[in-house]
Parts: sequence; structure tokens; C-alpha cells
Amino acid sequence: MDTDDDFMSNVSSEEEDMMPDDSDNDLSGDDDFDFDDEPDPDIDMQQDFGQKKKAAYDITFKVYQPQDIQKQQDDLIKEVNMILDINKEEAAILLRHFRWNKERLIEDYMEKPSQVLEAAGLSESSAEAPRLKSIPGFVCDICCEDEEGLQSFALKCGHRYCVDCYRQYLAQKIVEEGEAARIQCPSDDCNLIIDARSLDLLVTQDLTDRYHKLLNRTYVEDRDSLKWCPAPDCQNVVECGIKKKDLTRIVPTVACLCSMRFCFGCPNEDHQPAPCDLVKKWLKKCADDSETANWISANTKECPKCNSTIEKNGGCNHMTCRKCKHEFCWMCMGLWSEHGTSWYNCNRFEEKSGTEARDAQAKSRVSLERYLHYYNRYANHEQSARLDKEMYLKTEKKMVQLQKESGMSWIEVQYLNSASQALQTCRRTLMWTYAFAFYLARNNLTEIFEDNQKDLEMAVESLSEMFEKPVQELADSKLKVDIMDKTSYCNKRRVILLDDTAQNLAEGRWTFNVEFTNPTPISNTKGSSSRR
Amino acid sequence: MSFATKRLGKELSKINNSLPPGIELVSADNFEEWFLDIRVLDNNPLYANQVYRLKFKFSAQYPIEPPEVVFVKLANRPIPIHPHIYSNGIICLDLLGQQGWSPVQNVESICMSLQSMLTGNNKDERPAGDEEFVRGNRLRPKDIDFYYHDNNV
Ligand SMILES: [Zn+2]
Ligand SMILES: [Zn+2]
Ligand SMILES: [Zn+2]
Ligand SMILES: [Zn+2]
Ligand SMILES: [Zn+2]
Ligand SMILES: [Zn+2]
Repeated sequence: MDTDDDFMSNVSSEEEDMMPDDSDNDLSGDDDFDFDDEPDPDIDMQQDFGQKKKAAYDITFKVYQPQDIQKQQDDLIKEVNMILDINKEEAAILLRHFRWNKERLIEDYMEKPSQVLEAAGLSESSAEAPRLKSIPGFVCDICCEDEEGLQSFALKCGHRYCVDCYRQYLAQKIVEEGEAARIQCPSDDCNLIIDARSLDLLVTQDLTDRYHKLLNRTYVEDRDSLKWCPAPDCQNVVECGIKKKDLTRIVPTVACLCSMRFCFGCPNEDHQPAPCDLVKKWLKKCADDSETANWISANTKECPKCNSTIEKNGGCNHMTCRKCKHEFCWMCMGLWSEHGTSWYNCNRFEEKSGTEARDAQAKSRVSLERYLHYYNRYANHEQSARLDKEMYLKTEKKMVQLQKESGMSWIEVQYLNSASQALQTCRRTLMWTYAFAFYLARNNLTEIFEDNQKDLEMAVESLSEMFEKPVQELADSKLKVDIMDKTSYCNKRRVILLDDTAQNLAEGRWTFNVEFTNPTPISNTKGSSSRR
Repeated sequence: MSFATKRLGKELSKINNSLPPGIELVSADNFEEWFLDIRVLDNNPLYANQVYRLKFKFSAQYPIEPPEVVFVKLANRPIPIHPHIYSNGIICLDLLGQQGWSPVQNVESICMSLQSMLTGNNKDERPAGDEEFVRGNRLRPKDIDFYYHDNNV
């Protein structure tokens, strides 16, 4: 098996109980690191060998499905219900008020129950449970109805309105405003929160379902350790104990069961090896500079020899002019024949000499050139990943046809899918290596990084090139073995690069030419319930 | 009869009977749009001797939904200067937003809140960013996400 598979499916377990926010769980991952075939002599292996092998860029996380999320809430509610001897509806409101921090709720409640109830919008009065009533002489303050026998409802605060108005009010809150956990009494300046039992009494079944869905949302959104999988149509939730302060030392990529890989520290998809803050800076810079940069990342270029327009239609950088058969590199426009040995010049930006930089104009040109160098490569891998995918889909189609004609089994062409997956993942990593490199200040480690980047890039480009072969050739078993070998080699190179980068990041050994923006600590205040 | 119609009918008959000082009904020809005039009751130099025209727009969901309330500009009806009132008449007031609104509020209570919002103000200024907002805004007031940063003004 290859190491990448190992890493993709590493959904590690941890105690069922949620970590308190200030828990110091091990995310650095630098002490139990090791991988299959290339043991690094620098790493001390005093760790427990029984543990699952972990790479430096691996973080601990867990994926929950919707039913797990429901169960977690039910369990917490039940526990508080038993410990504090309050009913489940009230336990739920209190937990939401405390952002599901059970320990703090219990502690605070034991100390000053009436303040806690008041702050959470629960009145202390032990009046009978609310129910529908018809009261002689009642006039509804919302619709001004005063009809005899009008059904009305009031929470413990006694603000009474007719059932029809209550229903309209709740529908407005639930459907139009997406509010669930903190719907207050309709009266002006009354902070009392409408509990689930009263809701069941008042709303129709379809709204109850909606309401419970919304409650699940607040459960996830209220907790810093939970995050929705951003894939469209995916309902899963990922739990991870990463804290804002860890983000300068670790890039927390998590993978959902649906195979979506995303960052737990920021709203972006997987961006290893670049730390979140650099990603934010980079994306902002690209957006600001997009006009300058766009011309250079265009889809078409001229053949350096005959000047005919060449369109890039596959992910590979090896271009052959259809007209003059000139072979060149899409990135640097240099001769392809020179690239067998000197890919080097294609991934590292050669800093210009100091004399030239002295001139302010030259300096700004150099700085633009430098940016464009990295941007170009970043954008190129992004584009190539897309083109690789298109190429794969086309190939797959042709393969299916070929299968029908030749009687090959489906499994036999699965290697193409694996190769396509590898290309996607590796190109994504490469993309971000260029954003990372843009902010990297030279030190004795950058050369190793560039070598790793170059090795991965070479592996990726050659796999991408194999991919562009005609279908007849792809079906050939010799090429199939080559593709499978190259696929696992790509995955391996990626692991090596990520691991080295992550380890140096965790140990603070990189120097950057920008300051990290100080992460603002995740606020941990109790939920506010006052109407704004 | 819609939800709003019933309630507005009751409000209208009450308004026709009596209104607090400084508030006058201009027109209420239907249950979708009403016009009222307000003026401050003290001598606040920012608003002295001025009358301001308010336009109320009600949805079928009123009073569950807040009405849309704006100042309208006419020859003798300027837009009052206030750090929460844009020069196009749009008002940034939390009680008119979905979060701050309560269905027990009504036309009269809104007018009174606006009266006291003017009375209590001594700043001769528009909201920050008034110019851009007025130039760029195409949204209806209820779709604007105001940030009610200061409810004391
Ligand atoms: Zn009513
Ligand atoms: Zn109440
Ligand atoms: Zn997912
Ligand atoms: Zn991130
Ligand atoms: Zn050519
Ligand atoms: Zn090149």
C-alpha cells in the first residue's frame, strides 16, 4: 500500500467526551512521527511503537455524521438533566447558553442558579408548565382580536398572545430568520426563550423538523472544535482540537468521509504546506494584483520559435508546437530538452543581483517579477489540475468504450483513477508550495525545500504526460505498470515534501519575509441572549 | 382578510381617535402604505420648527414582520439630520430590524421612538459613509444589515 492512502484515511479516534477549550492536546505531531520506507535518522523514536504511525503534517480529527451530532446533544442534555435536576428543555437552553460547555454550566449553576437561569432566559418561577388556554376577556396585543374563547399562550413571564399570532411569529423566526436556539417571547424587551416543549405545543410538524435542524446547526456553530464539511450536499461535521494559536505552527488539513479535504483553521480547502495566515495574505495579494498577473497566466502563449499561437489543453508543461514541432516548457518557454537536468531553473526564482536592485525602478520591477514567478507557477498548477481532470474524464470515457470492445474488466483501469487522484492532490500541494515559497526567506533549509518541490514537480509532470497518451497505448500493460509506479512515486514525493515542511514549521525553523498576523484568540464567552 | 389588515384596521381606528402630541396622520388610504408627520416637542435647535414626513410600508405579515419606515423628502419636509438617518431617508434603528422588532410595537410606538431619537440627539451629522451608502444602495431598508453599534444616540 502507499503512504498516501494511509494518510487519507487516518481518522483517528479520541475520547467521546469533548475536549474543554483550553485542553492541551498534542497537535504538534512531531514526537511520534515515522514513515514507511524512509526512516529519517534525525528523528528520535522513543515513542510508543504500538501507536499508529503519523506524519508531521497529520493532525488528529474525527468525522461525525448527522445522527452522531444528534446523539451528542441528547447525551449532554440528559446528563445535565440528571445532575442539575432540571427538565430537558431547560437543560438544552442552558447548554446552548453556555455554548455546550457542560462543566462550566454545572459549576456556575451550582454556585448561583437564579442568575444563571435569568441570563439564559429561563424564569425561575415554578409556575405550572405552559399550555394553551382560553381566558375570558382576553385581547391579543398583536392582532387585537378579542373573540370569545380565543386560544392563547404565554410563557412563564405571562406575556400572553393568541395561538395564531404565536404561530405566525414562530414561523417568521424559524423560516425567514433561521433562528432556533434563541427565539424570545414576542413581547418587547422580554428575554425569555421559547423552549422546545412550548414549541412542540405551538408549531406544526414541518416547522418542528426545521427547528431541530437549526438547533443542530447552532450546536456545531457554537463550538470551536466542530466544523461543517464544506462539500456541497455533505452533512458531516469534523471535530478537531486545533486552536488559533497553533496555526503558525501547523496546517490543519482534515478529510471528511466524503473525501473532501479542507483546512480546519480557515475557510479554505486543503492548502498544505502553506500556513493559514500566509494563504490569506497570498489570496489577498492575488486578488489585488490579478490584473497585472492575468496576462501572464493566460491560456494561450506563442511558440517561441515560430510564434504561432499555442493553447494548453492538457496539464503537462511539455509543449510541442503543432506547426514547427518545437518542444518547449510552458513555464519558462525554454527548450524542453534542457529540462531533463535543469528543472531547477524552473521552480526557483533566481534573486537578481544587488546592483540592479539599487535602482528603485528596477527594484519594483524585480519585486513584480518575483511575484509573477511564483504566481505563474501557482496558477499553472491550479489550471493544470483542472486540465488533468478533464483529460482523465475524456480518457475514462474512451477506456469504457475500449473495455466493451476488448472485454477488459473494470478493475484493470482503476489505476487511471488513482493516477488522476494523485495528480489532483499533488498539484494542489504544488500550488501552495509556490505561495509558501513566495513568503519564505532564504536560509539553510530552503534548498532542501526547493529540491523536494522540484522532485515532486518532475514526478507530477511526467505522470501528467503519461496520461496524455492515446487510449490504445494506455491500455498497454507496460504503460499501465509505469503509470502505477509513477502514481505511487508522486504520492511518496508529496508525503516527503509535506512532512519535511510541516516538521520545520512545527519547530519554528522557517523564516518568512512577512510577519504573521497575530491570531485573535477564539472568544469563549457565554452565549449572549439579549436582543440587539 | 390578511393578518395585517385586521391589525391595521384596529390601529387606524385608534389613530383616528387620538394621537400623542407631535404626531399626525397624513394619509392611510390602504393597508399597504401610510404617511405620518412628526415633529419634536422640545427646542432642540437641530429640529426646531420643522416637520418631518414618514412613510410606512406594511407587508402582509405585519406586525410579525416590522414595517418599512423611511423619511421622505418634500419641499417643506426635509430629512432630519441625525447620525443614524441617511440623507436618503433610510433609518438605522434596531427596533425596525428583524432582531429588534417586537410584534407588540405599532405605528404609534414607532413614531414616538423616532421622536425621542431626534429629541435626544445633539450631533449635527449624518452616519459615517452616508455618501457612498446613498450613492450605492439599491436595497430596500429591510434587506440592509445595519450594525446597531450605538443605541444611545
Ligand atoms: Zn393574536
Ligand atoms: Zn415575555
Ligand atoms: Zn463531507
Ligand atoms: Zn487554513
Ligand atoms: Zn512552433
Ligand atoms: Zn521550464
